[in-house]
Amino acid sequence: MATAESAAPPDDGILRTNDGVPLKTTLRRVNRRQKMVALGLVLPLFLFILVTFLAPIGMMLFRAVDNPVIQEQIPRTVALLNETWDGESVPDDAVFDVLAEEMIQQYKVREIAKVGTRLNYEQGGLRSLITKTARNIAHRAEPPWKDAFIAIDERWGQPETWGIIQNAAPRYTLSFFLAALDLRYDWQGNIVEQPEYEQIYVKMFVRTMWISGLVTVLCVALGFPVAYLLATLPMRQSNILMILVLLPFWTSLLVRTTSWIVLLQTEGVLNDIMVWIGILSDEGRVQMIYNQLGTIIAMTHILLPFMVLPIYSVMKTISPSHMRAARSLGATPPRAFWDVYVPQTLPGIGAGSILVFILSVGYYITPALVGGRTGQLISNFIAYHMQKSLNWGLAAALGALLLLGVLVLYWLYNRLIGVDKMKFG
Amino acid sequence: MADITDPFVRFMDVQKSYDGETLVVKNLQLDIAKGEFLTLLGPSGSGKTTCLMMLAGFESPTHGEIILDGVPISNVPPHKRGIGMVFQNYALFPHMSVAENVGYPLKVRGMGRDEMHRRVRRVLDMVELGHLGGRRPAQLSGGQQQRVALARALVFEPALVLLDEPLGALDKNLREQMQYELKHIHETLGVTMVYVTHDQTEALTMSDRIAVFDDGIIQQLAAPSTLYEEPGNSFVAQFIGENNRLLGTVEAVDGQECRVRADSGDVIHALDVRTTGVGGRTELSLRPERVSINPGAGTTPNILPAEVLEVIYVGDHIRSRMKVCGHDDFIVKVPNWAGHVHLRQGEQVEIGWFASDCRALDA
Repeated sequence: MATAESAAPPDDGILRTNDGVPLKTTLRRVNRRQKMVALGLVLPLFLFILVTFLAPIGMMLFRAVDNPVIQEQIPRTVALLNETWDGESVPDDAVFDVLAEEMIQQYKVREIAKVGTRLNYEQGGLRSLITKTARNIAHRAEPPWKDAFIAIDERWGQPETWGIIQNAAPRYTLSFFLAALDLRYDWQGNIVEQPEYEQIYVKMFVRTMWISGLVTVLCVALGFPVAYLLATLPMRQSNILMILVLLPFWTSLLVRTTSWIVLLQTEGVLNDIMVWIGILSDEGRVQMIYNQLGTIIAMTHILLPFMVLPIYSVMKTISPSHMRAARSLGATPPRAFWDVYVPQTLPGIGAGSILVFILSVGYYITPALVGGRTGQLISNFIAYHMQKSLNWGLAAALGALLLLGVLVLYWLYNRLIGVDKMKFG
Repeated sequence: MADITDPFVRFMDVQKSYDGETLVVKNLQLDIAKGEFLTLLGPSGSGKTTCLMMLAGFESPTHGEIILDGVPISNVPPHKRGIGMVFQNYALFPHMSVAENVGYPLKVRGMGRDEMHRRVRRVLDMVELGHLGGRRPAQLSGGQQQRVALARALVFEPALVLLDEPLGALDKNLREQMQYELKHIHETLGVTMVYVTHDQTEALTMSDRIAVFDDGIIQQLAAPSTLYEEPGNSFVAQFIGENNRLLGTVEAVDGQECRVRADSGDVIHALDVRTTGVGGRTELSLRPERVSINPGAGTTPNILPAEVLEVIYVGDHIRSRMKVCGHDDFIVKVPNWAGHVHLRQGEQVEIGWFASDCRALDA
């Protein structure tokens, strides 16, 4: 035993190692290397996720509120409008003068159509108004501009038009989100519903949620017995069954979807068989694809493995002695199954359900191929706005709402069941 | 078995085969008296667990009949047999609390809430877990889980409780403690218990009777002391307790005793238990603690030279491996008391034993 007289550390209640360094400092130093190694191992994946996942999502969320067009193309008009216009009458001559100047300038660099397109999101017909006016004032019309504008189109003499321009102007806007919820700003800046014939997105969201929920329920109903068999059959049979479950994973999504077309179309296998047996007459063939039914059938089939595998992996861990114990304690087999077995599979059902639901909420290819008109989901509209209408702001807003919906659902799941109880395998 | 006139459980000519080619249980005859603590002891694969499962109803006999309290039960499903069972890994339901687990058999029997609570509390108090009713099984230690499983098997007051290696997963100290507790519970409640284990110490300390299983056959069915002192055949002698084996041929039989010529040429006097007569091969069984060292001429009928190969200090005794009659795995236990013989490795000694302690069994 060494006596501590010579180098007695200060008695300040801090634990020290033998050389007098505080214990915590030493411990930190020892652990630092391990932490660096751990960080080094995680870093590549973290960067990858940052670049390919988090950044795109951030950009999408940003694009849903980003609104640069009006500000960039006709900035002085907007500024003057905000400054001088009373919001009720037709603006002053000065506003028309500035607008004409900016329009001619943008017309020459062929940018003015962007303004038209942007305004057209707010109200149909404004694109043609802008292009028509711009072409006109650049080539023929003369000042005074106010009269010239109103002469070209009387809408320039209505405060509604100016109100829409003003509302579409801010650098950041909620109008894409409003559009995604079938709402819009009227010309006075109030939030109002879209006209009835333009209301589609809320209906689409509801349909998407409903179909996703139904597909999830169908997957549980079809997947649970299969998972049970997988978990309880002897090794040989369960391996074969497992291959059958996994087979869809190894086949192209397109192949699987088209095979449903072959099976279900009006001239398809199933209809042919039913006509042949005599259940249906040749004229009474049932339309089972290119509608909602087709979407539901094909999606259920494609997503089934995502339900079977988590349930199976949970069932695999349930000891058969639990069922025996329940029966020895006096429970009939169905009662034992319900009281003892099913509750223990809930983490698997939960994991499978949330997986299937989230996947189907964002499903695109299958509804696009077999959905027809009534089987389209919200993602088909997002794709439409990304590829056809090029209204990326609206596409981003729809996507952001979808993301929000999924997050809310996840939060709910966590509150009700607990994410830590979820088991994927 | 003749002493049981009114058996509570009776296995009649029970045979069991899983694959139609081999019998796991061969022609089992077994009577269990009411209130008895019977242990089925045997190595794994000996058929003991299969017997228990047939009694519980999870396996059905291929042939024969099991009678419980006078009623044939082959066609009675497990949940109607009213037999309490404790499983090897307790089989507690992880999604239920301790109280819910214990209350489960009462719940499926449709008992009212108040009565249920009262009985759950009483049985939990009995296993000293009354304060843990709200916990989940995963939050309990192995020993506590074990008690919950026991409480659950007892709460509906079954007349018969089956225990399938219930202490196997516990550490040694806890296992010994639980052995006594189980024994006390058995004595207090007077229920019939059938206990399966491969641990002979467990079997010896707890049982009224032990059925030693091997190869699907009951090799011997007797009280613990009888099993140890008077093993009926060489398997039992070998399986229960520590045993020295010496092989030889019977030279002469004289009443209960016989003279055996060991393979090394030495002559040994032994008790004739199960030999095939003069000229037959026999296996002599001798407990290590029945051997005395340097007994002195004439004190024991058997005195043989031995070489000390190894001496191990165990604490309460000294264990010595010796070479005797050509066998170099002969074990002698010397009790550690003040005047005990001090053996040294390589030493030549004489050892002796009484003929009645040396049992000539089947070879």
